[in-house]
Amino acid sequence: MSAITAKMRGLLEWVDARLPVTSFWKAHLAEYYAPKNFNFWYFFGSLALLVLVMQIVTGIVLTMHYKPDASLNASGVPVAFASVEYIMRDVPGGWLLRYMHSTGASAFFIVVYLHMFRGLIYGSHRKPRELIWVVGMVIFLMLMAEAFFGYLLPWGQMSFWGAQVIVNMFSAIPLIGPDLSLWLRGDFVVGDATLNRFFAFHVIAVPLVLLGLVAVHVLALHEVGSNNPDGIEIKNKKDDKGIPLDGIPFHPYYTVKDIVGVVVFAMIFASVIFFMPEGGGYFLEFNNFVPANPFQTPAHIAPVWYFTPYYSVLRSITYPLFGIEAKFWGIVGMGGAVVIMLFLPWLDRSPVKSIRYKGPIFKTAVAIFIVAFLTLGYLGMQPPTPVGIAIAQVCSLLYFAFFLFMPIYTRLDRCKAEPERVTG
Amino acid sequence: MKTLLCALLLAPLLALASGPELHLDRMPDKSGDVAALQNGAKLFVNYCLNCHSASSMRYNRLRDLELTDQEIRDNLMFTADKVGEPMTIAMRRADAKQWFGVPPPDLTVIARARASEAGSGGDWLYTYLRGFYRDDTRPSGWNNSVFPNVGMPHVLWELQGEQVLGEDRKLKLAVAGTLKPEAYDAAVADLVAYLQYMGEPAAPFRRRLGIFVLVFLAGFLVLAYALKREFWKDVH
Repeated sequence: MSAITAKMRGLLEWVDARLPVTSFWKAHLAEYYAPKNFNFWYFFGSLALLVLVMQIVTGIVLTMHYKPDASLNASGVPVAFASVEYIMRDVPGGWLLRYMHSTGASAFFIVVYLHMFRGLIYGSHRKPRELIWVVGMVIFLMLMAEAFFGYLLPWGQMSFWGAQVIVNMFSAIPLIGPDLSLWLRGDFVVGDATLNRFFAFHVIAVPLVLLGLVAVHVLALHEVGSNNPDGIEIKNKKDDKGIPLDGIPFHPYYTVKDIVGVVVFAMIFASVIFFMPEGGGYFLEFNNFVPANPFQTPAHIAPVWYFTPYYSVLRSITYPLFGIEAKFWGIVGMGGAVVIMLFLPWLDRSPVKSIRYKGPIFKTAVAIFIVAFLTLGYLGMQPPTPVGIAIAQVCSLLYFAFFLFMPIYTRLDRCKAEPERVTG
Repeated sequence: MKTLLCALLLAPLLALASGPELHLDRMPDKSGDVAALQNGAKLFVNYCLNCHSASSMRYNRLRDLELTDQEIRDNLMFTADKVGEPMTIAMRRADAKQWFGVPPPDLTVIARARASEAGSGGDWLYTYLRGFYRDDTRPSGWNNSVFPNVGMPHVLWELQGEQVLGEDRKLKLAVAGTLKPEAYDAAVADLVAYLQYMGEPAAPFRRRLGIFVLVFLAGFLVLAYALKREFWKDVH
């Protein structure tokens, strides 16, 4: 036995002299000191990583059976649509892979939204973690692109008309718009060319960028160390060995804790894929079980739930400005709603990071922001009505006000003193 | 306090919620009733599978309904040669378009496609197939209360008889069919149960497997939590 151990140690030394395996293990797991007071909100980072891996693995197997082909088969069903049903019926375990992938998309946005909200309330975007936040926001943008491209692939009515609406939006850009949307589509209507390029983006281009950005996100985090619910720097109080007094090694403490989070997540996730894979029409839209039909516009085109807050902002802008049509300003509003979050690290001027020590103004602002965001999300799923549009306009204003007035109200707020050490 | 906060947060959403406009009858649940599903399959291949295909459904998948390949061949296959073939039809789409205005859609996943806020896809189909009435203004002589100006004539009219739409917008049976109204409703329920099964043949297995997965995960959770507790003992 000891001979084998010695051999293994020798092998590890041989590898370490050529590749930094042990030092990587120590720097990122065994000797990466994380604050000991992580709470519920800190599960969602590792869960996002888990969902990313799951989407890639299930996606690879789905690619083996899926066909990005918009032509009709002998029964008049588009080949792409039929290949999804082929996966659901004739590929062993195919239904499970497909539901894991389709539910995984919604799960990804749920965990990422919660992960972002955690950053917002505990000030994880503040100095020295600005780049982690910025890279994270680019990941979020890429994730939206990934989901959008992927949603076209089943080639149902919502796939087709959703892509049609989004690509047509670009035609509202002055001067270059019509040519730009034609270039994106690769055809005058969403068609086979569009399906094939979206497939390429969905399975190669965007995932490649996503993986690279996730690596940068984690590297940047491990460079400065994790924030915590108290929003104070554990690195300011170290013992004589240079280890933060309130820090514990990520492995084994947070690996075993995150396993609990993973199992709870898996139970919720399994409840959806095994008992309600359509998620009540929110995860798999009912109308997407109708094959794409370019000649039949659905009465009501709604994006999947995770895009609806931004879609609501888009629809709420209804008047032209500076001689440019309202649709263009809608796109500006929708893009702005996402991009403005990127500047959060520099908008927040509060002396403290965590909501625990912030004053009533910030807490009220966050509450209003949550209401506005959820209301926009709900309205984005509904057919537009005058009342709905009016409410969406108010909520859009509140959404932007939350960010634009942040430099002012965070300075006015009456904050409490931060503690010296982390509290439970 | 927290409940109050939650209520306040959700209040604007409640104010906007509106009821569905379409009223659908609820279909009886026959998902576990093999005899009903077999009868539904028989009705499907006899009445639907002439104009509508179910091109992602293979005949031998009907073994799910406790039928043997020989029984499927003898009773349910009229046009296909091999039991592994999908349920396709001989009608040409170009012809169908001329005759009906639109080619009849493939029915493989129709029960999933027709789901909405108003009810399940099964509810819609159950109401639709019982909602045909005579309308001389339509080319086929038939109209439908759920799907106005539908291209499809009432294929099951011999079974149901002829309904007319009264002044009060209610359907009344004017000419009796070969089945009594209750028997017709039951036959439609069987057919719709079959369409639901065909929409996702893996669904019963999915639900059975899901219980095992959740039981396994629950056991895993106990162990994972015990492991976490053990490790975290020395964190103060």
